[in-house]
Amino acid sequence: MRNVAIETHGLTKVYGSGHTEVVAMRDASLCVAHGQCVALIGPSGAGKSTFLTAVGLINPPTAGRILIGGRLVMEGPRALTNPRTFRRKHIGYISQKANLIRFLTARENVQVAMELNGESSRAARARALELLEYLGVRERAAGYPPELSGGEQQRVAVARALANRPSVILADEPTAALDGPRGRQVMELFRRVAHEQGAAVIVVTHDHRALDVFDTIYEMEDGVIRSGAAELSAASTFSGGKARP
Amino acid sequence: MNLARKDVWHNRGRFALTTLGLGTLLMIVMGMGGIYRGLTTEATQLVDKVGVELWVVQRGTRGPFAEISRVPKTLVDRVAAVPGVAEARAFVYHTIQRLRAGKPLRASVLGLDWPTDKGEWLPLSAGRPLAQAHFEMIADRSLGLTLGERLPLGKETYTVVGLTSGMSDPAGNGFLFLTLADSQAVQFDQSPEGIRLERQARRARAEQIDLGNTQPTMLERAAGPGSQLPALPPNQISAVMTRLAPGVNEAAVKATIDGWADVSVYTRADEAKMLLMGVVERSRRQLGLFRVLLTTVSGIIMALILYTLTMDKLHDIALLKLIGASNWVIVKLIMQQAIALGALGYAVAWLLGQKAYPYFPRRVILTPDDLLMLAGVVLGVSVVASLVGIWKALRVQPNVALLG
Repeated sequence: MRNVAIETHGLTKVYGSGHTEVVAMRDASLCVAHGQCVALIGPSGAGKSTFLTAVGLINPPTAGRILIGGRLVMEGPRALTNPRTFRRKHIGYISQKANLIRFLTARENVQVAMELNGESSRAARARALELLEYLGVRERAAGYPPELSGGEQQRVAVARALANRPSVILADEPTAALDGPRGRQVMELFRRVAHEQGAAVIVVTHDHRALDVFDTIYEMEDGVIRSGAAELSAASTFSGGKARP
Repeated sequence: MNLARKDVWHNRGRFALTTLGLGTLLMIVMGMGGIYRGLTTEATQLVDKVGVELWVVQRGTRGPFAEISRVPKTLVDRVAAVPGVAEARAFVYHTIQRLRAGKPLRASVLGLDWPTDKGEWLPLSAGRPLAQAHFEMIADRSLGLTLGERLPLGKETYTVVGLTSGMSDPAGNGFLFLTLADSQAVQFDQSPEGIRLERQARRARAEQIDLGNTQPTMLERAAGPGSQLPALPPNQISAVMTRLAPGVNEAAVKATIDGWADVSVYTRADEAKMLLMGVVERSRRQLGLFRVLLTTVSGIIMALILYTLTMDKLHDIALLKLIGASNWVIVKLIMQQAIALGALGYAVAWLLGQKAYPYFPRRVILTPDDLLMLAGVVLGVSVVASLVGIWKALRVQPNVALLG
């Protein structure tokens, strides 16, 4: 696979010890290329979110290695880089719940991610509005999270994840709060971002109706990544450039 | 983007109420400091304003303010005769409590040595100094008397001809300035029945001695007015205030008078020290203690408020960490809020105080130095109080944002 963005080798996560020991993830290995949009499916408790938070440097694994952009960033539970700084620069994370900062408006929620990354306030504001326009929530830019619908909140969260043009986008059931058509729109958006921006996208989902938008589908069960469907052409056609949305 | 400002604005109602509560508490802390300063100023203002260098009092006493002092009025002439003394004046000082319009009127009466002293040195805010030897007085505004008001004291009625502001004794009682004779008339006023009983007692004592029985005119004299009896001293004064001629060595004059066996001499600084370290010392300590306790309580309350505010946005803080915010961003968020809370609370305290302090029972004096010091303390307390919230915020993990 060319232009590998994410590599995981033998990721294992064990919670507790002795009688209370639970293995949430076992020897999970995966490679995702730049420009590839991957779905990770599986029953509840299969370890999908554990895998995603490990790759997002949020919840370190007990064992295994994570490389992002060819750089070893995690070896076992030990981070080899500052996880927060790395996440800010390279990873966009979208959780099941929209997870917006309550005291900031929709526009500020997107803007803050860029300002934390050193962008000027003016430039960050302009790009935040651009992203909200792109995601169809421009008119809700001044609304606070409780004033937005679930779908609007989720789209703002996606805009925030895209704000710093990350090379890796991780989404944990991003369409759970959305109806069928809107859920599909979001999935197609991820595919578009992957293909247009060259980002590596991993989406954990239960929504089997939208699986056709993904380049590759992996299944996870009992903490093990069991299978990968045939890769579609998108990854191999990625040219490596970063296009603005 | 200033996250602290955004959070404060979003929760402005709660923040405003919290600030108001804290401001009220700080107003009391500020007021305590003001009362402390007022107490020390009031304690020494008479000594400072009367403009004399030496106080001559009864030997062995620390009068006339810290304790009672009684000296004969002739001491004024003795002191005036000492080389280097430009002026010697009698000083009479006592406290009265009378009823005025059904309410107690408590005042310190101070006798001015008419005609040498007419009260020109007093900081009059209305009216004039005394213009006649009897039945006029100058009153402090804190007593509630008005210009031209007539107040019965003893057997006479006195008219208020002048008003001062902020002239109070160390206990906070406003001053009444009368001529020396009038102040003594008030001090030694006796009812007719009391006078009759005293004369009868003198006659009875004279009858018990041979001289009284062999000299009938003596019994008659004993039953007459006390002022006509050479054996009885005239009314005594509290002290003699002494002003020195320019260029005279104060220590030398003091040493001269101190050599007399019946008096003690104190400088202006000695009197001020006796007042601060004696008369108002306990009050000063009490106020200081309350001030420290209230500041500590304010700090604890601020810490609790900031901790609660931090706990309320723990999820947002975890989210900020999830999107890559550094610890410094989190620390700034909490500390800026703490400083804003302290600064606004301080401003509210000052504004509330401007309205409330005039109604305080004691004089409140806010000096720039005291205000600056309190501002520094509030700033320090704000920073320290934010540490608990910061500690909690720094411990929260980013994955908390993904829970629930």
